[in-house]
Amino acid sequence: MGKLMGKLRLARGNNVIPGFGLSIGITLAMLNFIVLIPLLSILLNLSGMSLGEFWKTITDRQLLAAYKLSFSCALVASVINVFFGILLAWILTRYEFTGRRILDGFIELPFALPTAVAGVSLTTLYSDKGWIGGLFDKIGVKISYTATGITIAMIFIGIPFVVRSIQPVLEKLDRQYEEAAMILGASRSRTFFKVVFPEIFPAALTGFGLAFARAVGEYGSVVFIAGNIPYRTQIVPLLIVSKLEQFNYAAATSVALVMIVFAFVVLFSINIIQARVSKRAGE
Amino acid sequence: MDAEQKFVKKALIFAGMAFIVVMLVVPLVTVLVYSLREGYAVFSEAITDNYAIKALNLTLFVTVITVVVNTFFGVAASWAITKFRFRGKQFLTTLIDIPFSISPVIAGLVFILVFGRIGWAYPLLEAHGVKIVFAVPGIVLATLFVTFPFVSRELIPLMQSQSSDEEEAAALMGAKWLHIFRKITFPHIKWGLLYGVILCTARAMGEFGAVSVVSGHLRGKTNTLPLHVEILFNEFHLTAAFAVSSLLVVIAVIILILRNIVEYKVKKGDSL
Repeated sequence: MGKLMGKLRLARGNNVIPGFGLSIGITLAMLNFIVLIPLLSILLNLSGMSLGEFWKTITDRQLLAAYKLSFSCALVASVINVFFGILLAWILTRYEFTGRRILDGFIELPFALPTAVAGVSLTTLYSDKGWIGGLFDKIGVKISYTATGITIAMIFIGIPFVVRSIQPVLEKLDRQYEEAAMILGASRSRTFFKVVFPEIFPAALTGFGLAFARAVGEYGSVVFIAGNIPYRTQIVPLLIVSKLEQFNYAAATSVALVMIVFAFVVLFSINIIQARVSKRAGE
Repeated sequence: MDAEQKFVKKALIFAGMAFIVVMLVVPLVTVLVYSLREGYAVFSEAITDNYAIKALNLTLFVTVITVVVNTFFGVAASWAITKFRFRGKQFLTTLIDIPFSISPVIAGLVFILVFGRIGWAYPLLEAHGVKIVFAVPGIVLATLFVTFPFVSRELIPLMQSQSSDEEEAAALMGAKWLHIFRKITFPHIKWGLLYGVILCTARAMGEFGAVSVVSGHLRGKTNTLPLHVEILFNEFHLTAAFAVSSLLVVIAVIILILRNIVEYKVKKGDSL
């Protein structure tokens, strides 16, 4: 603690505003007790494990199936979300129509609605007796308790991330360039892909990354519709929970570490790509 | 607008509306319709059930503590980060945002690793007869963890966009910290702060994954409303599960409306 405080000391000691010591003290204390120390317990817990054991645990056959399921469903869901996210951000910023404000307000529903409620509702809706699932059941397609259902739940949870990343960029985008492109004879779609799309690409990528990371880690809204069929519909977070229920703490902790590393890699890559894109735009 | 443009506009609006209706509105309507499908008597029985009321009380209790603590933290962190220059600021901001990118299940797991039977703090807790995991304190901690950055994420960008000149002037004239905050800073950030508090409330109230891992699912003791929904659903009490869910839907809709009002105020405040 004291060491950290020392490192974070004021760069300029002559700041006139009071309260630095108190506010940074509260911040560091709470950050340590609520987030950092508990998180470091993961490493502490794994320190007794050999690298070989760790590798064997995280490459277990059941787990490999879960990674494959979670990542592929999250990927499909996030791609769909980017498509509809751009579309929604576009109509919300460019068009006036009845119900626009209500639509805008509704986008945030997945953040406001408890995930368990979303989970049970989606599961019922898409089960073979539900309103939508029943329709698909007639043509022999099952949605609840399959990868399709998992993907739908991941679309539900991810959509606000993409819309809210892109919307502010579109709002600020100067329409002069679009108008110029159109006057110069570019078609509407060409204008969109050559002029608008490069501008919103970094924001779309951020939205994609946030939605993807959330989809992989999400539990409440996905777990009900996923069912719990080993090798087929077990998502990674569910495996952590079931390892915990079997008191297999080492396995649960190992998988948790893999997921944390994965989340950081996703966020880090997005930052790098964004930095490159904005650098190229600056040239 | 020519005919083609009008057609494109209509088609895009239709596609966007259809997506939102199918993906968001229909699941919401499902909850309400299913909760009432066996009549009002069954509905009211489910939401006045003893365990449901206890779950509601626990949810409210956990939400209030979480929101108060994290608001306090959020204000302190934003004050430290935006009003002063110090080394490691960017790093500190990144650390605060960590819970945002971690699976809620892991947020629960870490507290089991600290306070659970295998945790390093377990012997100490046992010696004093304190229970954290599979008890209310664990639920509070897990909820605090997942909502940790919510207030500071709203306040930091807002306070960075405002200058500190007024605060500096007040400080030079000898004003104390609390006085400066109440009279100068707070009026500038109140809508942003409220916005963060609303988001924090929504997440704290609805948190499922993290709470599920640390709660132990003891009915009437460590069962929050979302966990109660899960139990009812898994026991095939579908109508009861949806009746309890409808309570959460009503709260969620109120939160959405408040959020939109406050967002409008924040935007208006920005333009001043």
